[in-house]
Amino acid sequence: MNKGPIIEVRDLRKVYRMGEVEVPALRGVDLRVEAGEFLSIVGPSGSGKSTLFHIIGGLAPATSGQVKVAGEDLAAMSDAGRTRLRRRSVGFVFQKFNLLPNLTARDNIAVARFIAGQNSGGFSPQFEEVLRLLGIAHRLDHKPHALSGGEQQRVAIARAIVNHPAILLADEPTGNLDTENSKAVLEVLADLNRRLGQTILMITHNPEAAGYGHRIVQMRDGRVVE
Amino acid sequence: MRTLLSVLLIGVPVTLILTLVGLSHGMLEDAQNRTRGVGADIIVRPPGTSLLTLSGAPIPEALVNYLGKLPHVTIAVGVVNFPIQTALVAIGVDVRRFDAMSGGFTYLQGGPFNGPDQVIIDQYYAAQQHVHAGGTISLLNRDWKVVGVIAGGKLARIVFPIQVLQNLTSNAGKVSQVYLKLDNPQNTSSVIHDLKARMPDYQIYSMQEFTSLFNVSNIQGLRQFITVIMGVGVIIGFAVVCLSMYMAVLQRTREIGILKSLGGSKIFILQIILLEALLLGVGGSILGILLSFGAYWLIQTLVPASIQMAIVPIWWGIASGITLLGAALGALYPGISAARHDPIEALAYE
Ligand SMILES: Nc1ncnc2c1ncn2[C@@H]1O[C@H](COP(=O)(O)OP(=O)(O)OP(=O)(O)O)[C@@H](O)[C@H]1O
Ligand SMILES: [Mg+2]
Repeated sequence: MNKGPIIEVRDLRKVYRMGEVEVPALRGVDLRVEAGEFLSIVGPSGSGKSTLFHIIGGLAPATSGQVKVAGEDLAAMSDAGRTRLRRRSVGFVFQKFNLLPNLTARDNIAVARFIAGQNSGGFSPQFEEVLRLLGIAHRLDHKPHALSGGEQQRVAIARAIVNHPAILLADEPTGNLDTENSKAVLEVLADLNRRLGQTILMITHNPEAAGYGHRIVQMRDGRVVE
Repeated sequence: MRTLLSVLLIGVPVTLILTLVGLSHGMLEDAQNRTRGVGADIIVRPPGTSLLTLSGAPIPEALVNYLGKLPHVTIAVGVVNFPIQTALVAIGVDVRRFDAMSGGFTYLQGGPFNGPDQVIIDQYYAAQQHVHAGGTISLLNRDWKVVGVIAGGKLARIVFPIQVLQNLTSNAGKVSQVYLKLDNPQNTSSVIHDLKARMPDYQIYSMQEFTSLFNVSNIQGLRQFITVIMGVGVIIGFAVVCLSMYMAVLQRTREIGILKSLGGSKIFILQIILLEALLLGVGGSILGILLSFGAYWLIQTLVPASIQMAIVPIWWGIASGITLLGAALGALYPGISAARHDPIEALAYE
């Protein structure tokens, strides 16, 4: 197995250009995450948390700096390379769930498998077990609008990990949920981390939620201030 | 809703193409049939006339008698053509001579002429006019008694005694064209050769040759017209699909972002858009074909005599192919713009 850190970020900078104006979103971020870690990221609004996730997850290119995820160097990566990274190595969970509204929960998960080129038959017994762990095994034939927010988010989590990504990036996964559903989702994340050894990075504004992580990283003004 | 409207809009030009093609085939086949039903071997037409538009009667009856006496010619029948509508021609003929040539009309109702102011019509025109033998119809600004209703497919839909049309058109003693029947069909080419030498200005065809001229490519402008309609079909298919898919891509910006965040490649997104456009195209084609059957039914029910339409399945493929081409081209721009969406912006789209 790969012994080094699963995520290694050095002096990462990201500048958004809006016409004439340059908005520095990240101003030199350094971060190491070991495989199997559950990391919470907190910080004020606009401190660059989401931007960091977008770059680590291959949704956007960095302006400068070094980013390695699961042994791959993102700095040198093309658009097609980042697409491949998202398909294979990264799972995203968003605040807004982002399920496809016209598909059932099962098909939402199946789409991710299809895109990854694994469209053979149903889910594996192991994954069925994961679905039970997530508490959505009996809700798979419903469309998103028929599911509660907590259920939708757990479907989104199932979709994010169905292809066994190296890292799971959750950007305020409980931001749209009530206390009870938040707790369920956080328990599920902790469970996945404990049982499957899933590496998880989670952005949150809620100190209680952040407490589920092994380690809390604080961001401010585009930098990590541990 | 958007989908239904698109399918409908795509279907309309398909119907248009199929109806147009069906009409030209139907009308030509029908005219061909009726001409074959005459039972002649040779047709003689006046100089400088075109295939479908023949009116006036420039041939003197004396020529008919002369032709009838030529070697191998057993009978010559002169007829007067009088167009009632574009594709509906009344013909004046000496019925007894015509019977000798063709074997006679088959009367479904009534019988041959036996008095003045009478007309014979075929079953299709009778159906269209809702008239039976013994009834009256109005033609050429006058009322006529329908003395007989004949089976279609022989000579004409509306038959008058020859003098009636000659007098009405002030062409006493003249005819529009002449049919010749020979003692033996094998003599046809030698007789034609002989006739051409005697009357170099006249148009002289064997019936086989003449009916083979009833062909889409021989009708001036029709081919071009069909080509234009096909072009319109491509453009409509293109425009409808382009607009519809562009709206679909806008509506689903977020979904596209989701697929991209899951690792969907540009090609993958483009394929989805193309696939949906092709489904629209297939739906439109099928609807267009169904609608062309509707047009067929309408024409058969309402105007069976004036207009004939054939169902030409080969053109289903051509019209659908053209539509799918338009659809694929129309999907290209929306598809590419969808494939290029920035995933983060797409996910933030409300
Ligand atoms: N697409 C963009 N174009 C221009 N500026 C952007 C863009 N995305 C983010 N920014 C800016 O970059 C900075 C960091 O934004 P980011 O979304 O990473 O913050 P965040 O820590 O996730 O905030 P929040 O807690 O509100 O989600 C902000 O100043 C923001 O305005
Ligand atoms: Mg954010």
